[in-house]
Amino acid sequence: MNIHEYQGKALFKANGVSVLEGIHCTDVAGALAAYDSLGSKVVAVKSQIHAGGRGKGNLYHPETRELVMEGGVKIAFSREEVEEYSSNILGNMLVTIQSGEEGKLVNNIYIESGCDIAHEYYLALLVDRENKSVLIMASTEGGMDIEHVAEHTPEKIHKINIDPNSGLLGFQKRDLGMALGLSGASLKSFFKMLGKLYDLFISNDCAMVEVNPLVRTNADEIIALDAKVGFDENAEFRHRDWDDLRDLSEEEDVETRAKETGLSYVKLDGNIGCLVNGAGLAMATMDVIKLYGGEPANFLDVGGGADEEQVKTAFSIILEDPNVKGILVNIFGGIMRCDIIARGVIAATKALSLDVPLVVRLAGTNVDEGKAILAESGLNIHPADDLAEGAQKIVALIGGGA
Amino acid sequence: MAIWIQEDAKVLVQGITGKQGMFHAGKMVEYGTNLVGGVTPGKGGQTVELEGGNYPVFNSMVGAITETDADATVIYVPPPFAGEAIIEAANAFHTVKGEGVIVCITEGIPTLDMVKATAYVANRPGVRLIGPNCPGIITPGENGGAKLGIMPGHIHAKGRIGIVSKSGTLTYEAVAQTMSIDEGQSTCIGIGGDPVNGTGFIECLSAFQNDPQTEAIVMIGEIGGNAEQEAAEWATANCTKPIVGFVAGATAPPGKRMGHAGAIISGGKGTAEEKFAAFEAAGIACARDPSELGQVLLASLKAAGLR
Repeated sequence: MNIHEYQGKALFKANGVSVLEGIHCTDVAGALAAYDSLGSKVVAVKSQIHAGGRGKGNLYHPETRELVMEGGVKIAFSREEVEEYSSNILGNMLVTIQSGEEGKLVNNIYIESGCDIAHEYYLALLVDRENKSVLIMASTEGGMDIEHVAEHTPEKIHKINIDPNSGLLGFQKRDLGMALGLSGASLKSFFKMLGKLYDLFISNDCAMVEVNPLVRTNADEIIALDAKVGFDENAEFRHRDWDDLRDLSEEEDVETRAKETGLSYVKLDGNIGCLVNGAGLAMATMDVIKLYGGEPANFLDVGGGADEEQVKTAFSIILEDPNVKGILVNIFGGIMRCDIIARGVIAATKALSLDVPLVVRLAGTNVDEGKAILAESGLNIHPADDLAEGAQKIVALIGGGA
Repeated sequence: MAIWIQEDAKVLVQGITGKQGMFHAGKMVEYGTNLVGGVTPGKGGQTVELEGGNYPVFNSMVGAITETDADATVIYVPPPFAGEAIIEAANAFHTVKGEGVIVCITEGIPTLDMVKATAYVANRPGVRLIGPNCPGIITPGENGGAKLGIMPGHIHAKGRIGIVSKSGTLTYEAVAQTMSIDEGQSTCIGIGGDPVNGTGFIECLSAFQNDPQTEAIVMIGEIGGNAEQEAAEWATANCTKPIVGFVAGATAPPGKRMGHAGAIISGGKGTAEEKFAAFEAAGIACARDPSELGQVLLASLKAAGLR
């Protein structure tokens, strides 16, 4: 789960990580009031969306798709510029390298005081899968695309892994600061900031914290000019406050609803709906549809213990997508019994008056009962014995590839 | 010889009085697993009645292992408590007998809890963790066998194919594929789909390589991370037995979590294509469709003179 920069900055501030003064607003009047109250001659007007590359992104009108303004983060030198920039940002679509072609509607902006910058750095904390520990990554090449730095000048990226038993130690903070060329007051400021940031990462169950750029001011202070924070959703049960930070407009509505009913759903661009038990098998089902010339419309894992009702919900979610021309059900019954799935499929087909071709592949526990139930239903359900046959059948039934 | 779990292994269930724990303990006994008891703090002294008889419940893992000399434990504890359940089990196996296998089925454990738990287990070299977020491990026997997890026992048979996979139902698919060419399994392991987990592909491949019962290996990966690439590289230098592979997620879009917490292509890394390429470079015979795993395996067995 990701949060906005302004929320990340509030979290930083509350945990003792230095940020600039800033105010979150949702309309132009608010932006002007924020400018007045900050009392800073120069301010940054920053679009708030859950995607990186905002500065280099472009704003488009949501309907006409006409270019409104280049750059989703602007430096304003006057009240008039604040008015101009915020009205160009709010209500328009920001397209960045990470936002997808459609872009994201900007409903929130952040007005932040300016500061002088002596140098920009990159800093990130994340969970390193290979080393099974928290990894801190820093570079002197701040403000740039870090993947680019990693590819072309990997020696400029410095890494430390944290042993969870000992935590982040003094020498590690010092080593990293010195690797960035810091000394004296700036090293001291970095040392303090990194300790606070690591504590914040652990106590908030973060999946990722990225600060790009982290800056050194002319007064040798280390300040976070950016705050990209992602939480580990598995830890939601011990963070009741996350609900208030969630921006539902940033999430696919249907994916959120699927999750609430215990289903895992991701919408794709094809026309063959899939209903599968297990994440790995669900991915494999999509892959095999593609292999036989079709295009999957979604990823959908009904989980290990789905009942009749859940199967019905799954069907209705798949059918919300107007592109769906056919459905492939692929169940390998373990705990889940094929006879129960078969009854669920029949109930859903009837209740939703399904009018697209349906191929059902059942295997595993009680497979014979399941197949018999489908055959005796008198409904137009095409059975398949294995995944390849199922995929070939559904592709043929919808008249070939997408 | 199978790997890590022998047919007659003595097994505990952590969370045995819970709904999931009791249901699956019953299925384990039904399959023939040598269940010796369970642990639920505060319910020590009670018994749990399953088809095979009455099983004692203990308050702690130290108490349970001391009393039963268990070789392994299966954890069905809910996510908020599962990380600690792993640590409790690791401590108990380490202090009471110096070794043991922990299988954690639970899905949805916070990642930082797993960072702590895996570090704890790593400091106790005799203790092995499998999972979490996995179907478990099964060693089929002549009659029944040892089933430590949630997989359907009846689809398995004793044989010479070792299976290792990140996925649950896709593992069952691989098992069915071996059966379709009349081959049984030595041991099947689901290592789980979480970003931070216990036993990895390389440890499984290494154990299968050293296991006389295992003559060929099926390895099923999925998008995210680079464990498959590392395993392929390791296999090139160290594995002489034929390996057959599949990777799920060739059609997954980047940046989207595909069900499993670890199944995500981030920064363009961890794609199925990368992993298939690494498999092929290592001489692993790949199926692009899991329904063809059986035929690819059969061809590999023939090429190795095993059929």
